Amino acid sequence: MTTNELEHLRETALRVREHIIRMSQGGGCFIGASLSCVELMVYCYSHVIRRRGGARPDGGSGDLGRDYLFLSKGHDVPALYGTFAELGLMDEGRLANHLSTADSIYWHPNRNIPGVEFHSGSLGHLPAVAAGVALDCKLRGGDNRVVVITGDGELNEGSVWETLLVANAYGLDNLTLVVDRNQFQANIRTEDLIPLEPLADKFSAFGCAVQRIDGHDFRTLEIAFAHAGVKGKVNVIIADTVRGKGLASIEARADRWFCSFSAAEVGQLIQELHGQVKATIQSETLVVR
Amino acid sequence: MTYEQLLIQTALEDERFVVMTAENRALVRNAPAALGVRFIDTGITEQTMIGMAAGLALRGRIPVVHALAPFLTMRAYEFIRTDLGIARLPVKLSGYIPGFLSDGNGPTHQSIEDVSIMRGIPGMEVYCPADEDDLVGMLPAIWSSPAPAYVRINHKKGNYSHTPYVPGKAEVVARGTDVTLLVYGFLFGNALQAKAILEREGFSVGLINMRSLKPVDDEAIVGAALESGRLVTIEDHLQTGGLYSVVAEVLLRWRMTADVLSLSLGERWFKPGLLDQVLETEGFTPEKMAAKIKNANSFTYAQ
Repeated sequence: MTTNELEHLRETALRVREHIIRMSQGGGCFIGASLSCVELMVYCYSHVIRRRGGARPDGGSGDLGRDYLFLSKGHDVPALYGTFAELGLMDEGRLANHLSTADSIYWHPNRNIPGVEFHSGSLGHLPAVAAGVALDCKLRGGDNRVVVITGDGELNEGSVWETLLVANAYGLDNLTLVVDRNQFQANIRTEDLIPLEPLADKFSAFGCAVQRIDGHDFRTLEIAFAHAGVKGKVNVIIADTVRGKGLASIEARADRWFCSFSAAEVGQLIQELHGQVKATIQSETLVVR
Repeated sequence: MTYEQLLIQTALEDERFVVMTAENRALVRNAPAALGVRFIDTGITEQTMIGMAAGLALRGRIPVVHALAPFLTMRAYEFIRTDLGIARLPVKLSGYIPGFLSDGNGPTHQSIEDVSIMRGIPGMEVYCPADEDDLVGMLPAIWSSPAPAYVRINHKKGNYSHTPYVPGKAEVVARGTDVTLLVYGFLFGNALQAKAILEREGFSVGLINMRSLKPVDDEAIVGAALESGRLVTIEDHLQTGGLYSVVAEVLLRWRMTADVLSLSLGERWFKPGLLDQVLETEGFTPEKMAAKIKNANSFTYAQ
């Protein structure tokens, strides 16, 4: 990746974060889990997922040659829509329709939004759906790449591990499972509730090829995706991230999961994102949904 | 008293009680500190939580189990049916944000078939309180029964003063000769307001807070069918298997029929958004419900 490309990705990520912050008012959103996967989302849609069918990120429903990205953790949908808006795949004005029944921009991904491959929100579903797509790509002899992004708390669900057993049995090396390892599930640290570590060893024991990287570094994302093609195995990328990344008053805090901020707080948070002031948050943010 | 206060008090007074959650602590934030090892968070593992609840119940415990209603009732359904249902274990299921209360979450989080599927398990009781006061009034009887039970948790504050709960009985708020509204759960408040609108327009309107959908109060339904020209079933649930179906079953059991208008979700998920907008869009505001009831042609129901 050239320095210019890197700079462009960073600028895009910054604007996606602004979109996420704006979506955290008027009803709120899952801001922490959205901010943690911005680089991942921006990198995937800029450099990994080929959109052969045209402007739509899913290439249109009839394009069997395209790549797929499945967003299984669901709560990070503001990052997805922010990325779509920045890459010109979605009208930016639609983001203002967040939580209006007149549109379909709500707390979880859904296929009323062009580019969303599948709805999610119930955890542990899309690894299996992605495995089905990856299996058919193999059956048809395609070279499509299938990426599925899960949360780390989501790894509690047994269905994730069932999928890995089955996908490795079928040698689905066109399937890349990326874990947004932001260390939190809802309002608790994963290691304080249902410990996941040593996580790489668990994936290895299930037969996967595993890489562990800094999920906020575009250069390591580039290397990881370039190497996520080990033959005969599901390729896993554990992306170490920070929940709430980019906002000092949000980062790695148990009580900043689902947040509904005032307009003034949103203004301050956007300034904080740009390193100008530290935001003063007064809204109750330990909202458990 | 809140749901959580009652839960903690009950568990402190009776050590058979354990509180479980699949990492949904909205209703039980203070339970870990109050109950110590009798608070069990299994993480995001609905099936495992139910299996463990069965194991705890085998040892004499009464687990009160929490998760979002759709994942509790559907993700773990076969575990509930097989581990709790077949063994008839006293595990008490608390389903959070059922029906419209999932507001902006979308179809994955919409529990609008829970009454139907939980009713379908032999021995399982199904309860749908109108508001937090009603919930807290009903729970002591629900939790002291030896049966497995599902409660559609409604933590919203109401402004109606409910009569004491009698196990298995509905709360007959008012009797009316033109129409009787049968409602459960969160929509009770709006049904009460719809009743007032219809009364201002000269109708005689009855209202029944169903409370218990299984066992169901046959007498309340049959009484309303005999007294009123029309029944209206109101529910944030699919038409299939919910109150509309319950009323049909009751009337058939008593060899009766009636004009019944169903205000329900028919065959679809509702449009997600902020709760007030959802009610407006889906036609469940007091004004919209009153208009539908007033304008319904008696032969074109079932919509």
